[in-house]
Amino acid sequence: MSLEVLGITVLWLFLYGYLIVASIDFGAGFFAFYGKLSKKDHIMNDLISRYLSPVWEVTNVFFVFFFVGLVGFFPDTAYYYGTALLIPGSIALILLAIRGSFYAFGNYGSKNNIFYLFLYGGTGLLIPAALSTALTISEGGYLKKDHDRVIFLVGKLFSSPYSWSVVLLSIVSVLFISAAFLTYYADRAGDVRAREVLRKFALFWSPPTILASFLVFVSLREHNPEHFRQTLQVWWMFGLSLVFFFIASYFIYKKKNYGIAFISVMLQFFTAFFGYGISHLPYILYPFVTIHESVTNETMGTALVVVFIAGLLLLIPSLYLLMRLFLFDADYVQGKK
Amino acid sequence: MTLDHVMLSRMLTSLTLAFHIIFATIGVGIPVMVSIAEFIGIKKNDSHYILLARRWARGFTITVAVGVVTGTCIGLQLSMLWPSFMKVAGQVIALPLFMETFAFFFEAIFLGIYLYTWDRFKNKWLHWLLTIPIMIGSSASALFITTVNAFMNTPQGFELKNGKAVNIDPIAAMLNPATPSKVLHVITSSYMTSALVLAAITAILILKGKRSEYYKKALRLTVAASLIFSIGTALAGDISAKFLAEVQPEKLAAAEWHFETEKDADLILFGTLDEHNQIKNEIRIPKMLSFLAGSSFDTKVIGLDEFPKDEQPPLWIHYMFDLMVSIGSFAIFITFLFLISWKAERFNEWSKPLLWGVAITGPLSMLAIEFGWIYAEVGRQPWILRGYIKVAQAATTGEGVGLTFIMFAILYLVLAILTCVVLIKMFRRKPAETELEQRFQIKAS
Repeated sequence: MSLEVLGITVLWLFLYGYLIVASIDFGAGFFAFYGKLSKKDHIMNDLISRYLSPVWEVTNVFFVFFFVGLVGFFPDTAYYYGTALLIPGSIALILLAIRGSFYAFGNYGSKNNIFYLFLYGGTGLLIPAALSTALTISEGGYLKKDHDRVIFLVGKLFSSPYSWSVVLLSIVSVLFISAAFLTYYADRAGDVRAREVLRKFALFWSPPTILASFLVFVSLREHNPEHFRQTLQVWWMFGLSLVFFFIASYFIYKKKNYGIAFISVMLQFFTAFFGYGISHLPYILYPFVTIHESVTNETMGTALVVVFIAGLLLLIPSLYLLMRLFLFDADYVQGKK
Repeated sequence: MTLDHVMLSRMLTSLTLAFHIIFATIGVGIPVMVSIAEFIGIKKNDSHYILLARRWARGFTITVAVGVVTGTCIGLQLSMLWPSFMKVAGQVIALPLFMETFAFFFEAIFLGIYLYTWDRFKNKWLHWLLTIPIMIGSSASALFITTVNAFMNTPQGFELKNGKAVNIDPIAAMLNPATPSKVLHVITSSYMTSALVLAAITAILILKGKRSEYYKKALRLTVAASLIFSIGTALAGDISAKFLAEVQPEKLAAAEWHFETEKDADLILFGTLDEHNQIKNEIRIPKMLSFLAGSSFDTKVIGLDEFPKDEQPPLWIHYMFDLMVSIGSFAIFITFLFLISWKAERFNEWSKPLLWGVAITGPLSMLAIEFGWIYAEVGRQPWILRGYIKVAQAATTGEGVGLTFIMFAILYLVLAILTCVVLIKMFRRKPAETELEQRFQIKAS
């Protein structure tokens, strides 16, 4: 495997990791707020906070990891995305900042403050929309290069069906992934009432997820036919994704095997996300940045890979410990510790 | 001053960093204090110290959250505001940036575990052991990110050809000449400031009439730690000054208003400059600058005259330097005084002036952190990558920096106010006395 392919694979894996953990986190915030509004908070909010408290910081690191790694492996992206994303990126950052700090304010400081919960839950839906802008831009057509300047065509982004379908997909996926996970978590906690509420959320958000995915395909065909053609070459990955989606929905509907259901959700997004990623190559930012031309020099690339492996050797046991203590420890999940 | 892209980008970067370093400093130092308190608590089997560790750790979660989000902001702003810089230097500094994230990841995992396992292990030492990865993670991330800043001051490990970095040696870039002194100074001063902030909070509570054993132990512990860390900071600062004299003389010269290269250079304390750059109203210590720069009174110190006008840093950094050093010296003085009063029977360490002294040193030392950073950053103007790229060439050409500045300014203002409100509420709602009684069945005396 060449350095650039290795690099982009590692980064894509991290982005996928962020997609899953952040979706759980963003969705959970929204459900907690919704629960409070609809007076169901006594049923499920304890459960949500028991899961989120020890892990929210880790979620954030996945994101930092991705963009630091991207700039490291492909420094040209810093130039193009950096210039283009000043406004949308700043908005996403401010939302992330509000969310992270208000989580702490609400959870450790003033418990049950509805305003804090509102900011925390509301931003949970806006952030995926803001962050997905970066993916939309990567399709090309929203940036113009004028000599040494990169110009971001905001109007085009806002009037593009493709960009709106991506936003839609990001929001409904967040709610679906999160509800599927929390249903499983509630089931492990033996909390039947919370499980029933969350299961309904999962079922409710399941059809829109798949509809939004189709919408993205359709609008991609209009926006970037070249990329669309390439997705057809890995059609089987998207087919697998659909199969996993049906498995997940089936189990959730039948009220059994919630663990397998959630793993299926993860696989559903894994196959779709990697199918999308593979068909996007060799472009990182169409048509300005490709993985071959913009990859960092070899010394740095090798150093990054070495550090990456060393880092994983440190992180995997630590993450395992974290999950053992808070995710797979029955007593903790049930609130006895 | 014109508000062009360059100026606005500089303003936004300064704003974010000025806000972030408050939380970053606390983030590096507090875990050490928590670890020390818990260690003493277990060792002496004294619940007071255990409670101290618990309460500090609880408050820490709030500051960590703000530190994490503002750190994410500056991480991305580097690329958004300085894209041309990142395109070139990103190749060379990717390694330490990457390692910093790893260190932070490591810390985040163990901090989560630490906070939620206070009563989960039978063996108390197991819980204390969790503080070690937290301290390693937080100090290591300070170390790695400081190497990046050091690189911007004394770049090495690459060549610049046609605007592209080639022949890159990532390790040499990390271990550049400025790294050792900078890292040492950043870490010691973070420990010092955190200890002093905790000492100040305790001193204020005692001044407000809290007199139980819990507060006394807290103050003695934090002041003792502050003194040790302050002395460490002063030593690290001295090493930094000697380093500057040798490798980055224009920064030291601007800070000291040292215009001409000479032996037997005087040290200028405070003072003012008139329009002809004549120094007025200063306190002049003969030959001291030479001594600071090279440990002997006749060391030759390079002056600003050896640098072209457009490569000289602004002269107002002199005040930043002097304020930083004065506060540092005051911190050593006041903590030393407290410890003498405590150990010598004849004096009273709980006297009001002394407590007030400790109380103001906390916020002052945080100010010193800000002054020190302003001095270090403005001191390498006009360069963003000293000797290679000037700040003016590196700023974004994108639209909307001004708007972004306003948005972030509002964000930080709100976060600053709410952090204080939430922290104060959090500790008022559950006073230490109640917690001592409920958790450890100790009557506050």
